[in-house]
Amino acid sequence: MVDNQVQLVKVTVDGIEVEVEPGTTILQAARKIGPEVAPPAMCYYEPLKGSGGKCRACLVRVAAGSAKDPRPMPKLVASCITPVQDGMVVENFSNPAVLEARKGIVEFLLINHPLDCPVCDQAGECDLQNFAFEHGAVQTRYEEERRTFEKTDIGPFIQLHMTRCILCYRCVYTADQITEKRVHGVLNRGDASEIGTYIEKAIDNDFSGNVIDVCPVGALTDKTYRFKNRVWFSKPVDAHRDCPTCSGKVSLWYRGSEVIRVTARKNEWNEVKEFICNTCRFDKKDTADWVIEGPTKISRASVISANKYPKNLTVSSFGARLAAAEYKPINDERDTSQLGIQQLPPERFAKTLPSAKE
Amino acid sequence: MRAQTDQQKTEDSKHLTMLTNRSKQVSNKEMTLAERMYLPAILGGLAITIRHFFMKKATIQYPEVKRYLGPVFRGHHVLKRDEQGRERCTACGLCAVACPAEAISMVAAERKKGEETLYREEKYAAVYEINMLRCIFCGLCEEACPKQAVYLRHDRMVPVVTSRDGVIYGKDKLVEKLDDRYVRNNPDVKATPTEPTLSRSVA
Repeated sequence: MVDNQVQLVKVTVDGIEVEVEPGTTILQAARKIGPEVAPPAMCYYEPLKGSGGKCRACLVRVAAGSAKDPRPMPKLVASCITPVQDGMVVENFSNPAVLEARKGIVEFLLINHPLDCPVCDQAGECDLQNFAFEHGAVQTRYEEERRTFEKTDIGPFIQLHMTRCILCYRCVYTADQITEKRVHGVLNRGDASEIGTYIEKAIDNDFSGNVIDVCPVGALTDKTYRFKNRVWFSKPVDAHRDCPTCSGKVSLWYRGSEVIRVTARKNEWNEVKEFICNTCRFDKKDTADWVIEGPTKISRASVISANKYPKNLTVSSFGARLAAAEYKPINDERDTSQLGIQQLPPERFAKTLPSAKE
Repeated sequence: MRAQTDQQKTEDSKHLTMLTNRSKQVSNKEMTLAERMYLPAILGGLAITIRHFFMKKATIQYPEVKRYLGPVFRGHHVLKRDEQGRERCTACGLCAVACPAEAISMVAAERKKGEETLYREEKYAAVYEINMLRCIFCGLCEEACPKQAVYLRHDRMVPVVTSRDGVIYGKDKLVEKLDDRYVRNNPDVKATPTEPTLSRSVA
């Protein structure tokens, strides 16, 4: 009898063991355990084939390569493209060298990224903002001129800010895999490389709007939503409609009773669940077009849930993490020699308080 | 039985004296002749009253005269302009999200060509409103502002409100007038990453 069952492999991430299928990457195995050990990812995007391995945000240390060869890997590896092996031991948040390396990665990503978060429409749901907040250093050391670009117009729906781009290639993969004809890609090389539409052709594919959701930063944003509102003042609601081209499952972003933006629904890793078409995204901005399912679940830690207090309120883990990191047992030893003078003998209480007698 | 309670009382008072050292025994000694006449005491009190006529007054004639409020007083809000007179506010909404009373609201707009002398950033606040009935003058908006645009003046108070009309202050009341600039020097505040070139001490 041949065992058709796939032999599962055991991986340990930050001391937590998990069994996964062979061929899974370290990042996916860590995500299977949960967000407390999952490394951050800026370029890796699960729905897009071939993405990952560019931003180095997900670097981890492999303390033991496999059960057969338990030697550690010599350098930190990108967890999103490294497949697991049986008996692999991975250190992520538990290794200070990894955290230190990530601090450097944040610094590199921010070298050419302008600090225009107050202006940027992505602020509040920006992967780079979250990444820098959780892993970055507080202050910048960069004093040189930042890379700037001439503004290019890529159509009436999508706004391209090349200065904010971190070259994660996610939008290129989206255009490659979701849309049939790709009209934009990365031009030039190295420091000079930039995302551009070939001969500045407008992206008129029916699914081109998905590059907005895919972009981890504010390089590609919704032109119809431009400066309409800050993300954390709008209220996301899950809704769907019968759409002939896509699944029609979206999130509507409300300001008062007005739909100011339509996006695809995202999972807990901030990845699009189902890509939506441009008609849904840009043309159907009326409540009457949609069947509303209920409020979108937003993590309490997100700024989007600031000043909103839903019934199922969950407290952000930040406070608990900070307390755990800075925990010190309370030193309860104190000079009690003075207490004897202040304290009265117990029989004294019996005399002054008649109620104490009974 | 009574003797026993008396003994207890004296014990109690002893304990009290020991506790605070401030309690005084009441004396029932006889008053002297001068004390019984009352007049010297009345004259003494009158002398104190007359002395106060010539002392420095503790009160001031508000609102004609106003006291100095101190350098950290949090008063009237002001939306600062930069050295070139452009509005600093970029309508990022951080003051509104920081506001515990939810008194601030704004509407952003995109700067058009030719308006570069009016607004510093490519986005600006077309409407910026503070509800003065809600504001508790905590200064969290000032702390949250990444562009150093909103300040609470230390030298001016929000005037007393007698009716509900006009308590929502718009940009007409909040934006700094060019002939009435607000200056505050604060060497403790360092430049932030978003404002690397400007310090808060705007002359």
